[in-house]
Parts: sequence; structure tokens; C-alpha cells
Amino acid sequence: MDFSIIADNIDVYLLGLKNTLILVSLSLAIGLVFAIPLAVLRTSKNIFISGPINAYTYFFRGTPLLVQMFLIYYGMGQFESIKTSFLWIFFKEAYFCALFAFTLNTCAYTIEIIRGAIENTPHGEVEAAKAAGMSWYLRFTRIILPSSFRRALPTYGNEIIFMLHGSSLASVITIIDITGAARIINSRYYSPYEAYLTAGAFYLTITFILVWLLKKLEYRWLAHLRRE
Amino acid sequence: MFNLHGYGYSILQGTLLTIELCLVSLVISMVLGIITALAKLSKVRAANLIAQTYTTLIRGIPDLVLMLLLFYGGQVFVNQVGPMLGYGDYIDINPFMAGVSTIGFIFGAYMAETFRGAILAVPGGQLEAGYAYGMTRFKVFVRILMPQMVRHAIPGFGNNWLVLMKTTALVSIIGLKDMVRTAGLAAGATRMPFTFYLVVALIYLILTSVSILILNRLNKKYSLGFAKN
Repeated sequence: MDFSIIADNIDVYLLGLKNTLILVSLSLAIGLVFAIPLAVLRTSKNIFISGPINAYTYFFRGTPLLVQMFLIYYGMGQFESIKTSFLWIFFKEAYFCALFAFTLNTCAYTIEIIRGAIENTPHGEVEAAKAAGMSWYLRFTRIILPSSFRRALPTYGNEIIFMLHGSSLASVITIIDITGAARIINSRYYSPYEAYLTAGAFYLTITFILVWLLKKLEYRWLAHLRRE
Repeated sequence: MFNLHGYGYSILQGTLLTIELCLVSLVISMVLGIITALAKLSKVRAANLIAQTYTTLIRGIPDLVLMLLLFYGGQVFVNQVGPMLGYGDYIDINPFMAGVSTIGFIFGAYMAETFRGAILAVPGGQLEAGYAYGMTRFKVFVRILMPQMVRHAIPGFGNNWLVLMKTTALVSIIGLKDMVRTAGLAAGATRMPFTFYLVVALIYLILTSVSILILNRLNKKYSLGFAKN
């Protein structure tokens, strides 16, 4: 094995690192922003509100991310109406398609994570809020959501790691993320060990940093559950 | 919209390959998982260390990178080792083997965590009672530990299975003709990518839904006598 190839081409990997970090953080952020209100609506008893959201999460959690990405990247071109509209400016870009697919995917998982946490709110807390005369809006913003976020944190942490690993699929549709960089190096030098082991090391490092940060966050957020 | 232009049959064949892949890699992952779980719980330090490294590494690296590493790296490796053993011809790695072993290898790590938790959930007194009856370690494992850990393992096992099924879509990248690949070929020929990928998505949805139904049944069956409130 000759890792000098990697040292010579480290700029390709750094570009990949940048793209991976941008894709993952953007899709997670946008996904989370949309997931919170949708999770609240998902708990609604009105089937016309919860039904469509349920169908959306069921589809995106039950199919592979790769297929979802292909549906958006290759699939949108099938429709003349999209090709001729302004939307095509976005859908012809692989970068946008990957971001769109990742966002829809992580949003679906996040909705279910937050919904689970909302439904596990201790009943007494809700009753106390009602007894104090809080409106529906106040109950959610002051009582239910803050405590749900705490409960959802460990599972959401897994989702963050999952998204980081899922983002490697972007390399399949020509994007140079960390995996894409490894594929370039492999095809240029035919040196799969060096190329993919380096990519693995990058992902491993990011994963460890994320796990460490999440532990710290959990330590603060779940301080009331800490055993002395 | 669902006019498949005669590609229905080839997609069905791809589906069969996907199912085959799922089942074979499931078997590999379960065998690896139980060995790793036992290694993690054993008193031998070296076994602990190897098992711990294995599960940490696998869970920190994306499936796709591992698969490409094993597929392309394995190709180079085999052709470096082949001549040393006196085998002159170029050896092609079978993508099915590469796919199945990678997915089995990856999910072995996840299964190990599930099984470890399930083994720990069986009360130690049960095992001691087995030994007190003069059972061998193997008998205790087969007759006492296994039947009881199944109940604790099923929820985690079910999650792993659902994720595993979706991961098999990745083998299309290393050239296996699973349903994603056959759909891609059909899409290229007919210029109807959306239709074909949607069909594949729906087949995956059916596979997941059926799995969930079966898993719920299994869970009910093995939870008999342990009713949850």
C-alpha cells in the first residue's frame, strides 16, 4: 500500500469533506425545521391531517434512500411539464437532487422520532398544563415540545449518524463527496485500499466527533436524569 | 402510467435476486452476530477486543464505502494472492458473493449488539440452574439461553432486517442485476425512469410491509405469557 497517493491528492478529499458536511448539515437542518410542525400535526386525531403525513413517512421510511434519490434525479426528467418549467433549473442539478432526497428522507424519520417522543409525554404534565389554563399553543411550546426534544435526543443522534452515512450515496449521482473523492482516486490510480480506507477513516473521524458532541449535549439536556 | 413495455418480467427477476440477497446476507449476519455477541461477553480479553473493534469500525463507516472497499479491494487482493498460490489466471470476483458478504459483514455488527442485549436480558440464575443439572455449556446455550433470548432479540432483529433489506439496493452499484439495476436498464431503454423507479419503490414498500406483519406475529408469539400492560 502506498499512501503517498492520498497525500498528493488530499485536496480532492478535502473538497469531498466540504461537500459531505454541507449536504449533511443542510439536509438535517431543513429536515428538522419541517419535521417539528409536521410531527405535531401527525399526532392530530383528524385523519385528514395525520393521514397524508403518515403516508409520506411510510413511503420514505419503507423504501431505500438510493431509490428515492434516483426517483428525483433521473425520474423528474420524464415529465415534460417539469422540464419546461422553472423547476428544471433545480432538478437538472445533481447537487440539488441529492439535497432534496436527503431532506425528504431525514424529515420523514425525524417526524416519527419526534412523534414518538410527543406521545410519550407523561400524562400528568399535560394535565397540569391544562389545569393551569394554558392554551393548546402554550401547552405545546412550553411543556410538550421541550420535554419531547429531550426524550428524542438519543434517537435523533442516531439519525444524524445515519444521515452522514447515507450521504455517501451522493457519490453515485456524480457528486464529489468523501466517497466520490475515493472513487475518483480509485479510478485514477487503481488503488482501492488506499482510496476507500482513507474515505473510511474520514467518516470514522466525523462519526466519533459527532458521537462525542451528542454525549456532551445529552449530558446537559438530560441532566435531571443523571445518576450521581 | 404503469405500462412497463415488457420489462415487467426482468424486474420480477430482479426482485427475486433482491429477496435472495436479503435472505443469504441475513443468515451470514446472524451467524456473525451471535459469534460476535458471545465474543463480547466472553472472559477472553482478545475476543472482547476483536469484537469491539469490529462493531465500532463497521458502525462508523458507511455501507457503500465498505462495499466498494470489499468489491474493488477484494478484487485486487485475490489477484495478488492468486499467483502466489500458483494460480495464474485473472480471477473475477462474483458480485453476488461480494454483495452478500459485505451486507452480512455489516449487519453482523448490528446483530451482535442486538443479541448481546438479548443474552444479558436472560436471568443468570436460569443458566446456573442449567449447569446445576449437569448440562454442558452447549446444551445450556441451545436449551435455555437461545429460547429465552429470542423474545428479547425480536424487536431489534426486526429493525435490523428492515434496514438490511433497504441496504441491498446498494448492490446495484457494484453491477448486480437486482431490481434497482434492472429498473435502471429499463428506464434507460424506455426513457421512463420515474415509472420504473416508482415500481421498484412500491415493491420495496410491499416487502417492508409484509416483513412488519410477520415480525408483529412473531413478536406476539414469543411474548406469550409476558403480556405488556
